[in-house]
Order: sequence, then structure tokens, then C-alpha cells
Amino acid sequence: MSVPAIDIQGVRKAFKRRERDAGAPWWRREQKEKVALHELDLIVEAGGVTGILGPNGSGKSTLIRILGTLLTPDTGRAMVFGWDVVTDALQVRRRVNRVSVEAAFFKELSPWENMVYASRLYGNTSRGTRRRVVEILELLGLPKDVIDQPMKQLSRGQQQKVAIARSFLTAPSLLLMDEPTTGLDPRSKKEVQAVLETLRAEREITVLLCTHDMDEASALCDRVLMLDGGRVLADGSPDELRARHGAATLEDVFMDLTGKTLEAEEAEEAVT
Amino acid sequence: MIGLRGSEMSALFGFAERQLYVYKRYWVWEVVWLFYSIVSVLSIGFLASGLGSLGVSGGSFDLRRAQLYLLIGALLWGYLSLVFMEAAYAIAWERWEGTIEYTFMAPVRRITHLMGICLFAIVYGLARTFIVLLVAVAIFDIDFSHADIAGALVVLAASLAPLIGLAILTSVLPLLSPQKGEQMSFAVQGFMLLVSGVYYPLTVLPWPLQAAGFISPLTYALAGMRRSLLEGATAADQIPTVGILLGMGVVLIPLGFAVFTWAERRAKALGLLKRSG
Repeated sequence: MSVPAIDIQGVRKAFKRRERDAGAPWWRREQKEKVALHELDLIVEAGGVTGILGPNGSGKSTLIRILGTLLTPDTGRAMVFGWDVVTDALQVRRRVNRVSVEAAFFKELSPWENMVYASRLYGNTSRGTRRRVVEILELLGLPKDVIDQPMKQLSRGQQQKVAIARSFLTAPSLLLMDEPTTGLDPRSKKEVQAVLETLRAEREITVLLCTHDMDEASALCDRVLMLDGGRVLADGSPDELRARHGAATLEDVFMDLTGKTLEAEEAEEAVT
Repeated sequence: MIGLRGSEMSALFGFAERQLYVYKRYWVWEVVWLFYSIVSVLSIGFLASGLGSLGVSGGSFDLRRAQLYLLIGALLWGYLSLVFMEAAYAIAWERWEGTIEYTFMAPVRRITHLMGICLFAIVYGLARTFIVLLVAVAIFDIDFSHADIAGALVVLAASLAPLIGLAILTSVLPLLSPQKGEQMSFAVQGFMLLVSGVYYPLTVLPWPLQAAGFISPLTYALAGMRRSLLEGATAADQIPTVGILLGMGVVLIPLGFAVFTWAERRAKALGLLKRSG
């Protein structure tokens, strides 16, 4: 039996903050705990695209950060291809890469300089890197002339494509995509989604896709987990979830489970 | 792909190369900083020249020696503080650029990360200080005929070990406190300037500051460099100073990494890597 790409058992994560209650004197701050993830169990087999759906604050990014060894769980155990994210962090990092909502680049450097840097961090020499960078950028529909321009001069969509190209350059076994299409214009969004469709068809790497775009999840994911308030509300393929809840869309499934629409949830988050 | 040692070497070079790319893009800033370094060193040199016209002369006072004393302090402080701040800002840089999570997710040991930054800082600092030195020599007609350059270089090389250890300890501050850590690094740098005898002998300080100077590696680096450049102390004469500096390095570098490892673990438990404010 093959090792699962992700094996999470009883993982919980809470954040403690010292906050002042409304009306309380400036010096009185109470320590408050916000649970980002309640005890979570999850197994994801290798290959395909698994979607994590939920509004802001549902625990999606916390889960991604735990798998990326950027956060340690308070309790439980998270494994990536059989390696523990806490005790075998270096082994996990060799197999994982992440594309986040905010493209993490040295903005003054060019895509080429950022990608050479990434390539070196992942143990590759720069020999042949330029050819591979050009190939990957072409695959993503980026013009060749952007390769030596500072990142800050590129559009959000172009930056996000460079982020995806950078993750491909390091050949990850598990790709963590945290809202990769958020804030993109419709055309860039479609191009990024086309790349994801290719990855899904090839099944060579496992993709964990966090999104609050239900249509995107429906189109791209083999399996979908719905999260709200740090808890898993539903787990299954998009067709299974729709059938189980007698719903036409995943948005309707979410509404059936929570009594709220995703937009209302996000508006509420924005206010609080 | 290459072996584990090769991949760490590749990453070490990658960090140094990334810094080079960043400095190339910010080259105007670097010209400004170079100008500032030259102006600072020249100001100290002219301050020494001015002491004569202020009536500070006669007796045992040797104006040329005082000028050289101050210039050595200014040049060495310029170099060592640059190496210190580059390493100490390893984390602050990543926070400014928003790349801290990407770097911390890379399959690289932290020692490789920090040493890569230090490697660039050492080489870059040498280049910048050499330019400042050339200008200072041209303007002040500095006489190094009694100096033992090899002895001075041995002390300079040895002083990098404890300085890197201290810088790694300081680089922890932005990891512990995303909001205030950066300013605290400046405070550490300023305190080192005060207590390490950069521009005056330690004996002029009140005893608590003298005690702090006694444990600052910069004190020994400056005293050793001055002995070689002013009195011609050879590399062999510098063995006790080199021993003290390397001994401090042996303590401070592992201590720096141990504290950094603890701070990284804490940041991951509390979710401090994400916050950039």
C-alpha cells in the first residue's frame, strides 16, 4: 500500500492573543484563544487535486501552513509522504512547495533572479535553469520579455504565474495552493485554472487547493472538503456533495450546511 | 539533483547571490551608503586634525597618532558594524520583502541560511571598506610604515567569528517581535559602539560600561588592530587576542544558533512568521 500524500490525525491549532475588551482601561488586556483548527483528521492519497473550501477564517491557511512546516500543531500529528511535519521538517520541505495568495518575491528582482534563488535553495545548480525557466513560463503563457523585468513591474496575474512557475521548477511532490486565483483578472484566472487542470490530468503531483471560489473547486477538484470555523463540515467529490445535499451547486451545499452563504460569511468576517 | 552537502553549498551560495542581486537593484542606495561611510570616516579624521587648533597638543599628546587611532576606529567600526547589521537584518529583510515564509519553507538548514547572508556581508563589507580606506589614505596621508598588516588581518579575520555569533543572536529579535525587533537590533548596535572603545579607550567609561566593554568582542578586535597598525604587533604577538576572539566565537556561534532554533520553534508555535507588521 502506498504512503498517503497527507496523513493528519487529531491536529488542533489555536492562537493566543492579548486583547483589550471594548471599554476596558488601556492596561487591562485579557489573553484570548481563537481556535483556527479543531481536532482534524484527514488522509489525502497521492495524485489529483483536493480542494479545501471555506470562507476567510475557516482554517484553510492554517492547515496549509502546518503542512508547509510554518506552523506547529498544538496537538495531533501531521505527516507528508510519511514524514512528520515537526520532527522531519527538512524531509517534508524537500517534497512540498507552496503558492500563496500574496506572491512572495523579492519585488525588485526579476523573475529570473527570483527563480535562480529558488532553484539554489532546492539544491539545483543554475546550469540549465534558464532554459527550464523559459519553458515553464511559456507553458504558463508568459511573454519571454518579462523574465528580466523587476517583479514589481509585472501585473498580479503575471506575478502569480511566476509563483506557479517557481514551484514547478523545484519539482514538488505536494503542491500547496493557497487561494492562487484570488484577486486575478478573469483571463489570468482562467490561465491559472488551465494549469491546474493539466496537473489534475497528469496526476504526477498532489495538489491541495485552498479556495473560497465554489465554481473553481467544482471544476478543478477530485475531492472537496468544506471547512467552517476550523471544522470539516463535508468531505467528498463535488458530485457526491451535490447529490448528498440535493443541491445544484457547491455554494448551495455550503448554505445547506451552515445556513449562510459564503458571501455573507465573508462580509461578516470583514466587519469583525 | 546533487547530494546533501552539495545542496547545502548550493543554497549557501544562493543566499549570497540573492543579496548580490538585491544590492545591484538598490545600487543607488549603496552609492548613498558608501558616500555616508566616506563622509563619516573623513569627519572623524578632520576632528582629529582639528584637535591641534583647539589647543589639544603638547606634552605626551601625539596628533598624528591620535588621528590614526580614531581613523582605525572609524574604519573598523564601519566594517564590523556592516557585517553585524547585515547578519542581524537577515530576518528583518525577509519580513520587509514578504518572503519570510518562502525562505523558511525551503529545505535548507538555518545555519546555511544565516552563513550565506554572512558570507555576502563579509565580502561586500571588505570591498566597501577598502574604497573608504583608499579615500582616507589619500586625504590624510596616513603612515602605515610601522604597521604590521599581516597581524592586523589575522585579528580582523578572528574578530568575524564572535561578531557573526552576536549578529545571529541579534537576528532573533525580529523573529521574536515582528513589531519591535528591528529597532532593538539598532539599539544593540548603538550600545556596542558606546562600550567597545571605538573612539576612546575603555578607561574613560564608568565602570558598568567598562564591564560591558570587557565582554564585547569588538573591544578586543579594535585593541588588537590598533596594536598591529600603530605599534607593529606581529601575527605571533596577536595570539592571545586571536585566542580570546576565537574563544568568544566558539561560545557565541553555537549559542546564536541554539537561541535562533528556539526562537524559530516559538514563532511557529505562536504563528509569528506570518505577521509582517
